[in-house]
Amino acid sequence: MIVDINSEKILRDDGVNYLNCDRGWKSWAFTLDHKRIGIMYLAGILLCFLLGGIMALLIRAELFTPGKLYLTEDKYNEFFTLHGAIMTFLFLIPSIPAAIGNFVLPIMVGAKDVAFPRMNLASFYLWVAGAIFFLLALGLGGLDTGWTFYTPYSTTTNSTVIAATMGVFILGFSSIFTGLNFIVTINKMRPAGMTWFRMPLLLWSLYATSIIQVLATPVLGITMILLTAEKMLGVGIFDPELGGDPVLYQHFFWFYSHPAVYIMILPAMGVISELMSVFSRKPIFGYRFIAYSSIAIALLGFLVWGHHMFLSADSPLAAVIFSALTFSVSIPSGIKVFNWLATMYKGSIRLDTPMCYALSFILLFGIGGLTGLFLGALATDVHLHDTYFVVAHFHYVMMGGTLIAFLAALHYWWPKMFGKMYSEKWAKVACLLIFIGFNWTFFPQFLLGSQGMPRRYARYEAEFEGLHRVSTTGAMVLGVGLGLSACVLGHSLWRGKRAPRNPWGAATLEWQTGSPPPHHNFIGKPVLTDPYDYDDLVFDEEEGGFVRRRRRSGSEQEKPIKEPSIV
Amino acid sequence: MVAKAASSKSTEFGEGANLMTFSIMDFVIFGSERSMFFPPPTSSTAAEVDSLFYFILWVCVVFFIVIVGVMGYCLIRYRERPGVKAEPSASHNNILEVTWTVIPGIFVGVIFYWGFVTFLDLRQSPDESYEIQVEAKMWNWSFTYPNGHVDNVLHVPLDKPVRLVMTSVDVIHSLYVPAFRVKMDVLPGRYSHTWFEANKVGSYTLFCTEYCGTKHSEMLSKVVVHPSGEFETWLENAANFLERMTPVEAGEILYQRRGCAQCHSIDGSAKVGPTFLDAFGSEQSLMDGSRITVDENYIRESILEPQAKVRVGYRPVMPTYQGQLKDEEINALIAYIKSLSEGSQVNP
Repeated sequence: MIVDINSEKILRDDGVNYLNCDRGWKSWAFTLDHKRIGIMYLAGILLCFLLGGIMALLIRAELFTPGKLYLTEDKYNEFFTLHGAIMTFLFLIPSIPAAIGNFVLPIMVGAKDVAFPRMNLASFYLWVAGAIFFLLALGLGGLDTGWTFYTPYSTTTNSTVIAATMGVFILGFSSIFTGLNFIVTINKMRPAGMTWFRMPLLLWSLYATSIIQVLATPVLGITMILLTAEKMLGVGIFDPELGGDPVLYQHFFWFYSHPAVYIMILPAMGVISELMSVFSRKPIFGYRFIAYSSIAIALLGFLVWGHHMFLSADSPLAAVIFSALTFSVSIPSGIKVFNWLATMYKGSIRLDTPMCYALSFILLFGIGGLTGLFLGALATDVHLHDTYFVVAHFHYVMMGGTLIAFLAALHYWWPKMFGKMYSEKWAKVACLLIFIGFNWTFFPQFLLGSQGMPRRYARYEAEFEGLHRVSTTGAMVLGVGLGLSACVLGHSLWRGKRAPRNPWGAATLEWQTGSPPPHHNFIGKPVLTDPYDYDDLVFDEEEGGFVRRRRRSGSEQEKPIKEPSIV
Repeated sequence: MVAKAASSKSTEFGEGANLMTFSIMDFVIFGSERSMFFPPPTSSTAAEVDSLFYFILWVCVVFFIVIVGVMGYCLIRYRERPGVKAEPSASHNNILEVTWTVIPGIFVGVIFYWGFVTFLDLRQSPDESYEIQVEAKMWNWSFTYPNGHVDNVLHVPLDKPVRLVMTSVDVIHSLYVPAFRVKMDVLPGRYSHTWFEANKVGSYTLFCTEYCGTKHSEMLSKVVVHPSGEFETWLENAANFLERMTPVEAGEILYQRRGCAQCHSIDGSAKVGPTFLDAFGSEQSLMDGSRITVDENYIRESILEPQAKVRVGYRPVMPTYQGQLKDEEINALIAYIKSLSEGSQVNP
């Protein structure tokens, strides 16, 4: 590929990229290329999302009537357990970091690969092994503990808890490997000139995420080992009959699983920070505040696990402290939302599909965050805890937040990953359907919860039937929307227009290389610029995308690295 | 704050004022007649919880309108138009950052404080509370009264604080009465507490809200609030049913009241446990391959040591009733199970 340095225009393209530089299954199975590993992760997590999603639809269908429609209570309990476990451990946690992050992060820092490519591949295979254990639990049947594996139910029930906890244990290592890799890559492999405060904000959020992954995940691993030891060897840790304490399990579990919520949401926030700036054609507002708030969320996120347990034990003092800490973590999230909105001010806002998802994220995450106030406040939490209100709240955060941001990221980097453009029109229709279907499904659940409908109920009182029917109908719309989105992206692989290098006019480094990128990411050295300066990017008809305009005509001088416009 | 004052007043003036204030509030909020959010509040603390809920709701509505408003304004005003570039504008503003940190900070501070103060009220039962022991097991509740009476429905007196001392014999459960806005986990191996003061006569649903296995969603009971004076009469009558009734009648009451009905049908259908219909006198296979005849001794053993002889096709999940049923009660249950069999005359 020969590129005109001054305009970044491709003069000649030899058509060789990371997808076609090597052929055969071995070239994928043993690849050390972060891009291919990212794509394999993407395929894996999308399969899991499909599986978890089908279960969600089956659950919603059963809840169309108060009595039995077609699932026995035991089957219903297994389905919601696997839905939760698959969605959190196999989809949400690896979604943005392992799939999108793996692909994008090294190119964003202008590197050839992550710091430890072999560890990266190992991380993927650990994920596969963990997934197999989960499928084993699914195949053997009977995993009905809920994704939280609360003791003593999980240690006394006759089900495949051990297979599932081994799966979680292995997945934990996969997560740690990815985190470690990202920390080292960001610390050591940034190009000269990309200081901490000139990094794209996605890197800040992935860095914050990685810190949590490395520090919190071992606790989950230890917990799962203790659980297995109790179940197999009868060591009394959590079961009061053996002298253990069931609440101790909840502490251990949430000490990981609450920070894990931030593992899921922080990368999503990073993605949104990128998109709001690119599609508003304006530097991100309050760069430092967004960057610091990521770190603040990562650190404060470690101190709030007790808010899952306000009603578990008789200590009002602990509840009060955790409630206060919980509110403190809401502030940095709010700061991010306000900065994103301020980024739009005086911009030139383009509503391409990724931006539609990003706006959808802000609204849904906004509702998710605000409804968290009801649950953080002690008195109202007593009423709302373990009801559908909580179910609605975390689906707004995890699905309206992380999943929507994942879809935004997927649509944003899709041209870079596969070199194809999808149909903007149909992708937007899908985005709208998902937005409508999502609210249709989950908003009624807030009302169900405040009216007193407990969660994890296979059967329910007749008074709740109306809202459950609304919710189930919405879930079908949501399913259609997601299906359409899959069709649009799938169709683009066959029939999509060839993607330009920089279809959105973004200024981060990955858009300087080909779509898809060559095996080593860049031919020649990428030109480092302010990641949020769009002044010199202009649309080029011939290229079909954006190119960097020559700053001074006739001069061969490259544009100097501008001081980033930050505090 | 207006909502707070209005609803605490409403508790003083009874149902009429109660409905009125709530309908006004809901009309203001969403134009509906009754609260779309809550069952009517029927405990001394419920109104305060609702007030806090509505306060947070208003805060959320205001913030959400601001977010949507700013977003909508920017989308229209600054949409991409041919020939118009993004206007140069500041990319940071410390005063603005501090403003939108401090203002939400104040709101969450207020919410935290209000939630915390109300929570302390919810957790600290008054000294003169009437105490009822609660025992949860898969998948039923039993409530033991000071006179030793055990019931599967929670009966309480009106306008009197009731303190529940709760424990579980197996896994974690959670007691939840939406009408009272009361919830507390029930743990094995320790006691937890909650309290409420019901201020409206009626019958309210009681749920289990901590997932506890197969029939978690059917681990329901009722709270029946009796007018003052009538509670004591009810309790006395309920407690001496063994003396007043024939063993079969008493057995039927125990079957309902002590949770047998959750898992054992009397119509021949298999639930979690085997049916009682025609069980007595029948010959059955056990898990270890041996066969037994269901007789008085087998029933007694199965109640006291449920895991000793488990029938083929059923899981060993029944909790023991050792120490929870008196001999007369076991006799009554046996009499009742006998009465459900055709051949019950064989062994009179």
